[in-house]
Amino acid sequence: MLKLIGQRLVLGLITLFFASALIFFTTALLPGDFATAMLGQQATAENTAAIRAELGLDRPLVVRYADWLSGAVKGDFGNSLASKRPVMDEIKPRIANTFFLAIYAAIVAVPLSLFLGIMAAIRQGSVFDRGVNVGALLTISVPEFFLGYLLVLYLATPAHWRIFPGLAVVNASTPFFTKLYVTFLPMMTLVLVIVAHMMRMTRASVLQVMASPYIEMAYLKGLPKWRVVVQHALPNALAPIVNVVALNLAYLIVGVVVVEKVFVYPGMGQMLVDAVSKRNIPTVLACGLIFAVVFITLNIIADLLSIMSNPRLRHPR
Amino acid sequence: MNRWEELQQAALNGRLSRRQFLTHAAALGVTTSLATGVLAKAGYAEEAKKGGVLNIGIAGGSTTDSLDPTTYTDSMAFNTAFTMLNQLIETDPNNKQIPSLFKSWEASEGATKWVFKVQEATFHNGKSLDSDDIVYSINLHRGEGSKSGGAEGLKAIKEVKATDKMEVTITLNEGDADFLYPLSDYHILVVPKDFKDWSKPIGTGAYTFGSWDPGVSANVKRYADHWNPNRGHVDEVNFTCINDTAQRMNAIVAGQVDIIHRVDTATIDLIKAVPTLALVMAHGGYHAIYAARCDMDPFKDPELRKAVKYGIDREQLLKALFNGYGAIGNDSPIPPSDPYFNKDLEQTKYDPDKAKFHLKKATGSTKIVLSASDAAFNGAVDAALLFQANAKAAGLDFEVKKEPADGFWDNVWLKAPFCESYWGGRPAATQMFTTAYKSTATWNETGFKVEKFDKLLAEAKKTVEEEKRAPMIKELQKMVHEDGGAIIPAFKDWVDATATKVKGYLPHSMFDLCNGRAAEKVWIDEA
Repeated sequence: MLKLIGQRLVLGLITLFFASALIFFTTALLPGDFATAMLGQQATAENTAAIRAELGLDRPLVVRYADWLSGAVKGDFGNSLASKRPVMDEIKPRIANTFFLAIYAAIVAVPLSLFLGIMAAIRQGSVFDRGVNVGALLTISVPEFFLGYLLVLYLATPAHWRIFPGLAVVNASTPFFTKLYVTFLPMMTLVLVIVAHMMRMTRASVLQVMASPYIEMAYLKGLPKWRVVVQHALPNALAPIVNVVALNLAYLIVGVVVVEKVFVYPGMGQMLVDAVSKRNIPTVLACGLIFAVVFITLNIIADLLSIMSNPRLRHPR
Repeated sequence: MNRWEELQQAALNGRLSRRQFLTHAAALGVTTSLATGVLAKAGYAEEAKKGGVLNIGIAGGSTTDSLDPTTYTDSMAFNTAFTMLNQLIETDPNNKQIPSLFKSWEASEGATKWVFKVQEATFHNGKSLDSDDIVYSINLHRGEGSKSGGAEGLKAIKEVKATDKMEVTITLNEGDADFLYPLSDYHILVVPKDFKDWSKPIGTGAYTFGSWDPGVSANVKRYADHWNPNRGHVDEVNFTCINDTAQRMNAIVAGQVDIIHRVDTATIDLIKAVPTLALVMAHGGYHAIYAARCDMDPFKDPELRKAVKYGIDREQLLKALFNGYGAIGNDSPIPPSDPYFNKDLEQTKYDPDKAKFHLKKATGSTKIVLSASDAAFNGAVDAALLFQANAKAAGLDFEVKKEPADGFWDNVWLKAPFCESYWGGRPAATQMFTTAYKSTATWNETGFKVEKFDKLLAEAKKTVEEEKRAPMIKELQKMVHEDGGAIIPAFKDWVDATATKVKGYLPHSMFDLCNGRAAEKVWIDEA
């Protein structure tokens, strides 16, 4: 087991290296650079040259990458081109916000979707099953920004019920429970987006296992249906569920920029988008790497969990 | 209801400040005694109330913003900076230059020598303002290797000198009676000498630094020792960056913020429906432009330029671009709100016959390609297609080439022969012409190189007497209107919205949010 984890970690590190090179060189392919992107219509030959010289952007690409890499392995991710402050200092509060929202949404969404999925499987074909399925398909078919606007319209404007704030404005000094209240609408939006995926996967894999002969055996033993599902079917259906859950958790970290924008929530997505549009490469790299780490870690965990949930994989011959 | 009735109604509902009301009433020709009578009925307090917290929902913020004045490109950064740092000269709502940290001035020697007296003021760190601070602050934007967007306007300066503790003398390379305008540029803000810590600016402004999270929020607190008693009324101002238009509208409707700008004119009825909200509109100089380069094929030919000018339906574009909240353009960059606006120019109208007539007279190639991108202005690609459809009906077939928004200003603008662009407007007509229509201007996007124009422009800039310069500036507009490559369909109005408890919010033709100074001009009156 340890050897397996070690292998995955080494592979993960190599992936990170390639990811950083890919991010760096593809961002360089975009037209314009930091100087022209910052100045926009105000650019002149003189002021763009001044900015380039000041930030060392006039050096060759490979030199700049090597420079960045040698710092990064020592934990120094460079300074933001815009503010000249260390990138990590700027990203830290954003990471905290992104993780806060992701964990908040996950804590609500994962149990909810497992519960709904199992219930739907137990009552396959019932009104409940169909209702949950239609509902989930609806929320997943609507673009997330639209879901966000709908929630704002009904829960944050005087026209309907003004229960929650439409803007999720938080900062480092916001108290914990205020934060939960203020971020309720973005959290709900994310929950609606990801529940469908996880719920349907749970239902489908449980039902697939339910077709096995040993389930029939359990029924014949006279077990009640909920016990058959929870004790016999679910453990064997876990592997695909864990993978879908991991994929959705990764989405909560890396894919929520639209939701952040709608609710003016200061997370990492917005920062990454701004950094790319302004060609603020050190910030792009740092955000990209953090996203890559999250993705790789969650996938490793999902792999390990599905191996552990399956005795055949746990004890390979 | 006529306008006077509307105005009274607005006053009675408390939707206008005392000052706003009197200004509008005077504009309608209502006598002061009648106007003050209405005010008394509406129960107006004369003085600005102190205290309260003001929340502003602002667009135009990015996580790459900095408070360093040489870096400003959009609203959030400079509106926040304006609360803490003062300008040398300000522009008032009627486009006149008024004193700020320069309390008086005198131009001599054909407007090449300018002597300024410095306002007594103290910085937030207790230091008194003197001329050395001002020289340092101006020079931040000058010289080799300046990266400032304000540098271009200051190129006219030969020397800035502290001639006394409270006196600054500026000499120019050539005379410019409108020199106060580049000096009032939003980049040029005053900090103590040798100040460099832009993460926490120190100035003489009405508010002191509270917090700054780029692209997210900012907070400033009232500075008790501010030099100007008429500014800085609330205890605290919070800026929240809301780039999303729908959410900005929601935020003010739901009462989460007291002021927003860039109101979405398509959904403006949402605001009109709420009695505790008021709209503040001003005609401005922001304009969309199709820039045809007069120094490149095919628009070298003036006949083709004329054909295209007759081939565009400006009324339709005004509706499509700004929902009608604006003014029709007439191919001159000087808006109707400008005091020097040339009213005598004939408005060019959509006229397929005239377009065909001029097209026939055109001699060279008539193959036209319009480079379009939404980087130029909101809805620019659609506007290009609309223009294309207009022109096609007039026998002018041209191609619309969609350019990526990324790098548009870098790779397409100033390089393509026919290209979309925009200008935010300049307070002085001569400044607008110097920036984009003078032969040697860096941003001469229409390749407009007319010697007579350059000479007249230089002449107008030197001339101090009003009665002489007004006809010159009008002539300049005529030249650009008739012969230039700028096709300007419409000017945009500034549309802001405030809660009615926010008083003292005057429309400003230069820019929205009271030309960036709303935070220190307004006060809150809950009654």
